[in-house]
Amino acid sequence: MRPLTDEETKTMFEKLSKYIGENIKLLVDRPDGTYCFRLHNDRVYYMSEKILKLATNISRDKLVSVGTCFGKFTKTQKFRLHITALDFLAPYAKFKVWVKPGAEQSFLYGNHVLKSGLGRITENTNQYQGVVVYSMADVPLGFGVAAKSTQECRRVDPMAIVVFHQADVGEFIRSEDTLT
Amino acid sequence: MAACSVEQLLAKAEAEEAEKLNSITVKKELDLEFDIGNLLAFDKNRVEVAVFRQQKKDEFLLALARDNTQLLINEIWKQPTERVEEAIVAKLPDPVTPLPREKPPPKAKPPTKWEQFAKLKGIQKKKKTNLVWDETRVAKNEFNRLKNIARAQKGKAPGLGLTPKAQQSKDELARAVSVAKSSTASVGRFQDRLPKEKPPKNTGKKRKFEPLIGNFSNEKQKQLELLQVMDSKKPKMDITKAVNKQMREEDREEAAAKYKKGAGKRGRKGNMPGKGKGKGGKGKGGKGRAGGGGGKGRAGGGGGGGKKRSKPGKK
Repeated sequence: MRPLTDEETKTMFEKLSKYIGENIKLLVDRPDGTYCFRLHNDRVYYMSEKILKLATNISRDKLVSVGTCFGKFTKTQKFRLHITALDFLAPYAKFKVWVKPGAEQSFLYGNHVLKSGLGRITENTNQYQGVVVYSMADVPLGFGVAAKSTQECRRVDPMAIVVFHQADVGEFIRSEDTLT
Repeated sequence: MAACSVEQLLAKAEAEEAEKLNSITVKKELDLEFDIGNLLAFDKNRVEVAVFRQQKKDEFLLALARDNTQLLINEIWKQPTERVEEAIVAKLPDPVTPLPREKPPPKAKPPTKWEQFAKLKGIQKKKKTNLVWDETRVAKNEFNRLKNIARAQKGKAPGLGLTPKAQQSKDELARAVSVAKSSTASVGRFQDRLPKEKPPKNTGKKRKFEPLIGNFSNEKQKQLELLQVMDSKKPKMDITKAVNKQMREEDREEAAAKYKKGAGKRGRKGNMPGKGKGKGGKGKGGKGRAGGGGGKGRAGGGGGGGKKRSKPGKK
């Protein structure tokens, strides 16, 4: 485990800012204690200082996970968010998409959101903007990327993809062995 | 009494010694010929027929064999000896007498097809060696040797640097360039870089990470600064956002126009596709314009209509 380098921090923040914009500040600077990002096995974990200090008691090869895994760095040094980060993305999300009850299951099985399943969408959403996907009952289901802007969404035909799937809570079951 | 007994004892010992010597010394008229390698001895002395007849034959032969064996054994112990696991062993020389072998010699193998061919063509096998004498390696070894001596005497030896070579590899050339660049008075600080030159590799710099548990407030400060920089780099005017805003405004205006027009069914129908599809805009746009010009829209939604119309026209 080690702190992120400046470069790594930048790539991660750039990815996070697609979903929560400048709200990353609220993750970095928290009133309820010191929280930090740490890299372990190419994965970025977000944890409190207290947990970090406790985790130092565990040897590196035995440590599976600490705090919350936000995502991982790929071999090409890109950052990929994991569904485990949803708990921190959802409250700060700037752009949201609500999915109709009928399309919920399809999204949770890893499919894109179609226009027919789109319940609501935040105004002003741009194309390729990172969005957090909610059910109509305001339960966060995952996140993705807007395939169309809000304006375009109104016009496209019902079978067109509106949100590209990136991660959903169904992964907690589907990729149980790789999520940490 | 005591002296007498000592003399007696000595005499006895002497006699025993003589007897022992007698048992191992054998006298022969002619010396035996030996081939120690084969553990062989030839006795060329004549056999005394008279003695042979008088004595018992077996005893005579036995005595003769014992004497000759004794001589052979004596000869063996003249050879150099060594100790092998608590036993003293004499080293035998190579055998001298050629002995015929028990079985006939093996037949020569029939030549293989290649051997036949090689013989026909007169091809001879040459031993190849891939090893080439490396002059630079010799020099390097010598240099290392001197360096070792210097180290042993706690002195400081200069680095090897770059050794001249007939054919320099890409890596060596790159190293030569980087060495040459840093060999200025300012250690290469003001040296310009070529357009596509890559930074030197393996310069001995190791990447270093911050400590796992370091200064948390400092870390936080750094991250906040980074966020600030990232924020400031964002363009203030987002083009797609602006376009979207424009489109939304148009939609709203159109909706307002629709609402106000109310009765003008024809004109409305003409307007709708004109805005929605860019393609149909021109053909039906005319209709819409005609409808708009019809009068109803002019007073109420004049501004909106005009704007809308202008768009396909610009395209």
